[in-house]
Amino acid sequence: MWKKLVEYFPIFLQGFGVTIAISLLALFLTVLISFIGGLSRCSSNKFLQRLFQAYMSLFQNTPLVVQVFFLYNVLPRLGVLLTTFEVGLLGLSLYTGAFGSAIIEASLKAIPQEQIEAAFSQGFGYLQTMFLIILPQAMKIALPPMTNQAVNLIKNSSVMAMVAGGELMYRSDSWASEMAIYGPTFLITGLLYLSLCLPLSRIVQRLERRAK
Amino acid sequence: MANLFAPYSWLEILVFLLKGLGMTLFIALVSIALSFIFGSILGIARFSSKGPIGKLAGLYIDIVRNIPLLLFILSFRLVLPSSFLGFKIPFKPVFSAIFAMTVFTSAMVAEILRGGLNGIPKGQWEIAASQGFSFASTMIHIILPQALKKILVPMMGQFVTCIKDTSFCQVVGISELMMNATVIMGKFKYAHQVIILYALVALLYYLVNISLLSASKRIRF
Repeated sequence: MWKKLVEYFPIFLQGFGVTIAISLLALFLTVLISFIGGLSRCSSNKFLQRLFQAYMSLFQNTPLVVQVFFLYNVLPRLGVLLTTFEVGLLGLSLYTGAFGSAIIEASLKAIPQEQIEAAFSQGFGYLQTMFLIILPQAMKIALPPMTNQAVNLIKNSSVMAMVAGGELMYRSDSWASEMAIYGPTFLITGLLYLSLCLPLSRIVQRLERRAK
Repeated sequence: MANLFAPYSWLEILVFLLKGLGMTLFIALVSIALSFIFGSILGIARFSSKGPIGKLAGLYIDIVRNIPLLLFILSFRLVLPSSFLGFKIPFKPVFSAIFAMTVFTSAMVAEILRGGLNGIPKGQWEIAASQGFSFASTMIHIILPQALKKILVPMMGQFVTCIKDTSFCQVVGISELMMNATVIMGKFKYAHQVIILYALVALLYYLVNISLLSASKRIRF
């Protein structure tokens, strides 16, 4: 059993590579969405505020599986043809972005309002105040929970297995049922996920301890 | 409007989805109740023991929290036996799914509880000890009530996640809400049918989760 597993290990590595690739790309998009969402929630524009409140509430409170299945089954029927990788990427980014927006919003709101007024009184413009004074402080607050979301994102990328996404979970599940070797296969798969997520979780713990 | 959901009727669709929702809620509620018990034991063990028990609890939490739930659901379905001590286990997929979700959510609950316990000042333990409180009575009467109040919001968030995560159970063929939606979808031809179907499914999950969250905001200790 184990011999076969070693022999076919490149298949797992390939899936592992797809998991890493989609996680990195989705993380990039997530951070982008989170900043747009968080800043919009803190802006004075009522329309933007409501829009992102609706987005966050909707995407946080419905399962990722529903969102990915929606994209996977509806888009082709509307003539939009995406690969499963793109569907997964879009679904993961929108889902994690909803949580990320809430984190950025809370971090920005944790900075006292007086700092903005003080900066303005010293002749700082809006962008200068934001980039030189508010954001550096807010990032310190946002970093641990955002890293936690990165861990969730890697774990959630396994949802792609449900739409034949070709990442680690899909490769291992289909290989296991093809060869009828379950225990060792899932053990290896678990270890591969662990090797990605555990170091990140450790970083979160260290950042949280330092924040205290 | 009559054949919007052809070949089904409105009522058939709704009843079928609600049946799925029933299974979803059953799996979620049992898993939440079990996870709360096991997670609390784990979290307290991790918090209070510096010895092997605490280390073991820490190891369990670290490993389980960093592996996808889907892997637990799949492997428990395939690895767990279908009979135990000669008794056949009925509804095995449901059992293995609840088992997998409990294993996973317990680690999350434990970590949340440990965070809450760490947030209570150490001085309270010393004062309680000086007043003759034992470890157990300090924990039950003084520390836990405060910690539970602090972690109410993240704990409810975890329970909502648990309800959402039941949608993974589709892979082991349990007819929960998502599975039933997929079954219906197989018969649909048009885009608008699929869109309305998924909107309906999303709405059901949304309503359940939002009501749970707003109920938790009313809780006062």
